[in-house]
Amino acid sequence: MTRPDAQNQVLAALPSIPRDDEGPVFREPWEAQAFAMAVQLHAKGVFTWPQWAEALGKEIANAGAEDTGEDYYLHWMAALEKLTQANGVVSHSEFSDRKDAWDRAARATPHGEPIELGREQRERAAHGQSQPRAQTD
Amino acid sequence: MSKSHDHHHHGEGSELPDIALRVKSLESLLIEKGYVDPEALDVLIETYETKVGPRNGAAVVARSWLDEEFRKQLIEDASAAAGSLGFTGRQGEHLVALENTPDTHNMVVCTLCSCYPWPVLGLPPVWYKSAPYRSRAVADPRGVLEEFGVNMPDETAVRVWDSTAEIRYMVIPMRPEGTQDWSEEDLAQLVTRDSMIGTGLALTPDQLEAAKTP
Repeated sequence: MTRPDAQNQVLAALPSIPRDDEGPVFREPWEAQAFAMAVQLHAKGVFTWPQWAEALGKEIANAGAEDTGEDYYLHWMAALEKLTQANGVVSHSEFSDRKDAWDRAARATPHGEPIELGREQRERAAHGQSQPRAQTD
Repeated sequence: MSKSHDHHHHGEGSELPDIALRVKSLESLLIEKGYVDPEALDVLIETYETKVGPRNGAAVVARSWLDEEFRKQLIEDASAAAGSLGFTGRQGEHLVALENTPDTHNMVVCTLCSCYPWPVLGLPPVWYKSAPYRSRAVADPRGVLEEFGVNMPDETAVRVWDSTAEIRYMVIPMRPEGTQDWSEEDLAQLVTRDSMIGTGLALTPDQLEAAKTP
């Protein structure tokens, strides 16, 4: 028989603690990716941590008094997009182009297969439905 | 420009949620531009999922209960004291340890954005990030404590500390009665995450026993 993990039991023992509802540190992979990107961009000097806290704080403040904390990483990601664009790391147009590309790639990918940008480019070439691009490609 | 969404859905394809598309887009661009290293991303995620958590802080607290010199160092310079156990921050933040006494109970909040002492407590729980906690911890700390099952006696003052990007706080809960001969490792089991945020107390030996024998 396996003994229950004493530490988890202890943490679950406190009254009124919503620990069981919290689940893992990150509930979905994108939360972990958004978290790790901010930490790496800070390490690269793209922003200072006070700048980050201010940007994140603005997003959280906009969410208002009903914010349950469940949307924390949505706010995190919004702050990350704004800061990377404000600091010239990623332009708004390349971000939205890339997002459209991933969207088309996902829609063109049958379930169970990895989603790849190449597939979308093939699809785009086949259908010729992309918008003219200002970039040099 | 992005109007094509609704009438363009292939039944056999995958429709990713908007947030997943945004994260994938930013990540792939940052990797291409050399701002982000995909392997380092994975290491970072794994570290926070499995290695950095409230057990680090519990070790700090248990040590402070046993080692008077360490306790003094912790109160004077918590970053250095936690660093001496191998727990150091990445954001250049200053860690401050707040010692609970019979006269004063300390409680931590971040009203702005959920700043939290990651190196010793890991990432914050959902409720810490919620608007009700962020506002009520300041306005009605005793009421919040009651909701967490903690009834503070009137003679104990409750102090609330608002974290910032530069200063993160951790609470040193009081050592429970009846733990005189306990080892550091056993003591650490009494130190819950919430006791280090200040929304809880350290477990008593009875509570620990009850938790171990369900």
